[in-house]
Order: sequence, then structure tokens, then C-alpha cells
Amino acid sequence: MTETNHSNKFTVENLEFFYGDFRAIKNVTLAIRENAITSIIGPSGCGKSTFLRVFNRMNDLIPNVSIKGEIRKEGQPLRSIDIVDLRKSIGMIFQRPNPFPKSIFDNIAFGPRAHGLKSMQQLEEIVERSLRQAVLWDEVKDTLNKSALALSGGQQQRLCIARALAVHPDVLLMDEPASALDPIATLRIEDLIQELKQDLTIIIVTHNMQQAARASDYTAFFNMDEDRAGYLVEYGETAKVFTYPEKKLTEDYISGRFG
Amino acid sequence: MTTEVESIVSIAKNKRNLKRQNLFQTFGYALVWLCGILAVAAVFWIIGYVLSQGLPIINLEFLTTRPAGGVSGEGGMSTTIVTTLYLVVLTIVIATPLGVGAAVYLVEYAGDASRESKFVALLVKAARMGVEILAGVPSIIFGLFGFAMFVSYMKLGFSLLSASLSGAALVLPTIIRTSEEALLTVPRSYREGSLSLGATKWYTIFNVVLPTAMPGIVTGIVLSVGRIIAETAVFWVTLGGSYNLPKSIMNSGRSMALHVYMLASETRAFDKAMATASILIITIIVLNLTINIVSRRLTARVTGKK
Repeated sequence: MTETNHSNKFTVENLEFFYGDFRAIKNVTLAIRENAITSIIGPSGCGKSTFLRVFNRMNDLIPNVSIKGEIRKEGQPLRSIDIVDLRKSIGMIFQRPNPFPKSIFDNIAFGPRAHGLKSMQQLEEIVERSLRQAVLWDEVKDTLNKSALALSGGQQQRLCIARALAVHPDVLLMDEPASALDPIATLRIEDLIQELKQDLTIIIVTHNMQQAARASDYTAFFNMDEDRAGYLVEYGETAKVFTYPEKKLTEDYISGRFG
Repeated sequence: MTTEVESIVSIAKNKRNLKRQNLFQTFGYALVWLCGILAVAAVFWIIGYVLSQGLPIINLEFLTTRPAGGVSGEGGMSTTIVTTLYLVVLTIVIATPLGVGAAVYLVEYAGDASRESKFVALLVKAARMGVEILAGVPSIIFGLFGFAMFVSYMKLGFSLLSASLSGAALVLPTIIRTSEEALLTVPRSYREGSLSLGATKWYTIFNVVLPTAMPGIVTGIVLSVGRIIAETAVFWVTLGGSYNLPKSIMNSGRSMALHVYMLASETRAFDKAMATASILIITIIVLNLTINIVSRRLTARVTGKK
């Protein structure tokens, strides 16, 4: 891999992930670059989403999971970081937009409020800043008290991004954030991601090859082995992975021969 | 040639079949309609009969004077209305936190706790089964329990407190089950969304899960209110039957349903029993309409649709 001026946000060493006895991910070692967009591609069931959820320990919610190997955020082992602080610093965007059944304002203010912020003035500032960052402010500034569920799918997803940004994360995990959206809404999300990478490290799981190719700086290609465990096939700069893949498997996958 | 004949025959056969099916269908419709009409007619007949007997007796005086007691059943029903109100409020105040709390535990915590310890798993299973069984137990059993436990053993006597505690035991299964169902319908993605923002589980439950489940929970509570207003057996053996207005929660009293029972069984004032029953029915109808409106409003607020 060619060296760039990006430093590492996360380092993953020999990660193994188990659901009970079933090994879902094996032997993954890679480094996620800071202020860059890393896309994770691969066929269904190869552990992409599971891998993504390792970073904010969202898998902890599922019973009987265990992890081997070492993941570090800025050199600090993930396990040693308080889970609230960890999740505060790592926003997550889900496959389907999941705004809470509350007003637009209350959705954005949810995170700051959960962390104890009460001042209405500060909350208002945060809501406006977050919505502007997510390029949603102009569309909703007059309807902040309306239910977030009344928004369109694309608007809801940008709302969820704004909601995540409101707690000042330095990482954004996105689990197929555009898979439930129409092409225009998808492009808007992609543009937004490009803007956000100036301040954030973004990891995005996607099924959409073109999306990975046009929207990310680095690409990690996962595949499912014969024992159904996901493993890392190839990882590198997106331009290189897509034009001169090192492995035959990668080439077959990105040219649509399987998956 | 033969195939043509065959096809003609089969078409004719199909037609005959179709006709028969249509006939069956019409007959079926008629039967279903008849059943429906009969059931509705029975309900309307009962309500109509009670109202036609009771409404002429009702006037402002009847509603605002207290029952005089005695075999003649003189007086009105004022204290029974107020007592019913006290009873409802006190019972709900006792039962709601317990019931909703139990449901939250069962839905949000019991799973993890059960996996960690076999003993807890067994307890949770027993609790679930207990709720199921209690929901089907005849109410007089709750009355007997209340009498033995609260009235006698804890020496609370025939009182609002004894009655409310027993009533709470009666409606607890309803509240737990409706709340549990309401909590289970809250999408996992809401919980994940909240937790991913760094909110604690406790904060998530209070600020996302419970508000979203509110319409279901409120429906359960209002159903319980109806149950308490209508309940007679439990309060007969725990509330006593004093027609005086209870001055504290340690006083005996008489709810509307209990009043109907006592008038009908111990006095000659059957007309006044009917009048009280009319008020009872009207209350229940109004309550049901309120459930509809409230739950629709709440659902609209939660789902964001007008």
C-alpha cells in the first residue's frame, strides 16, 4: 500500500469475531486512515456489518458474541475506552433511516441532552449547526417542531446524520446508508459524506460498487470463506483496488462476476 | 370432436359448480350477517333495557344525594360516584408503576439476566407464567386473597386501601401484558439509534422506548380503569359496603358496581339499582370512546401522522 499523509485512526490486528461457536470474521488486520472515507465491500454474509459494528461495540448488544484480537482507536485499546465516551465519539448511520418518533428538534437535541446539556440556547445552536452540516437546515428550519417521521426517506437519513453530528463525533460509521434511498437522495448523501470527511473519519459499508468507487478513498474487500467466516481479501487505495486489483478474487467481484 | 364435446361438458360442469359456489357464498354471507346482527342486537337489548328502566329515575337529586341505606334503598348515589373515583385513582396509582416496571424488566432486562444465571431464568419464566395465569383467574379469587392478606392479616380492614391493593393485583396482569406488547413493538433500530449516540440503556428506555410505547401502555391503563369500575366481587370483600363518603384511605366505601349489587340483592329498590347501572353503563361507554380518541391522538403524535 502506498503511504499517504493520512495517519491511522483505527488499527485492527488479527480480529476474530464469534457468534457463540460460529466464527463470523477471521484474521482481519488493517488500519483505518484518519479524515478519509474507507469503504467496505463484499458479498452478502461476509461480515461487513459485523466488522463495522466492532468499532463502536454495537455487537455487545447481541448475546454470546466474543472478540479476539486487538482494536485500537488512536492507539488506545477499544476495550479500555468507556463505552459512553466511545459511542459519543463514533456516530453511526443505519441501513434504514431511524429517526425517533419525536420532533426534528428533539431528534437532533437527543444526543446532547443524553449527555446532560440543558441550556436551550446551546441546544438551539447545536441543532442549527448540525442541520446545516447535514445540508438539511434550509428544508426544515421552519418545521423544527414537526415530527421527524413526516420527512422523506432521504431527508430522514440526513436527519440521522445531523443527529449523529450533534454529539461531535470524530468517526462516522455508515451501514449501507443509501440502500433504502432513491438515486437522487443517494447522490446527496454521497456529496454530504465528501464534505464531512474534512472533519471526520468515515467508514462506509456498501453493496454498491460504483458508490465505493466514486465516494471512497480506501476500499477493503471482504469475502466469505468456505467455513462461512468473513475475511479480508484486499485493502488499499480505492483507485488502485478498482483499477489494478492484486487479487483475482477482487477483480472478479468488482467486475460483477460474483456476489 | 370428442375433445370438443368434452370441453363443452366440462364448461357446463364448471358453470354448475360456479352456481353452486355462488349459492354457498350467499348462504354463508347470510349466516355471518345473522350472527352479527344477533350479537349486536343482544348487546343493544341489554343496554336498552337497563337504560329504559334506569334513565327515568335519574335526576340531579338522585346524583347528588347520598344513599340512605336500609331495606327500602332510599336516597341517591352521590357517595358511590366519588368512591368509585377514589378507588380508580388509588388503584391505578398503585398498579401502573408496578405493571409498567415489570413489563420494562421483562422486555429490556430479563433476557440478559436469564442468560447470566439459570436461577434468574427460572424466576423470569415463573413470573411470565404467573402473569398469564393471573390474567385468567376469576376475580373473586383476588377478592379472597385481598380479604385474607390486606383486610385480615395486615389489619387494614375494609378500606379504600385494602380494596385498591386488591384491585391493583387484579389489573396488574392486564397492565403488564399490554405494556409488554407495546414495548415489544418498539423497533430495535430506535434502541440502537439511541445507544449509538452514547446514551445509556436507562436513558434510552426512558426517553425513546417508553414514549414510543405510550399509546399501548395508556390503552392498558384505561382498560384497567374500566375493569375497576365494573368490578364487584373483589370490592365486595375488601371495600366493605359503607354508603358514607370515605374520609381517608382507611375508610370503608361503596363503588357504583357494588351499590348496584347491594341494591339489587338487599333492598326493594330495584329501580334505583337500574338507575345506578345506567350511570355505570354510560361511564363505561364514555370511557371506551375516550380510549379510542386518546390512543388515536397518541399514536398520531408518535408516528407523526395527522
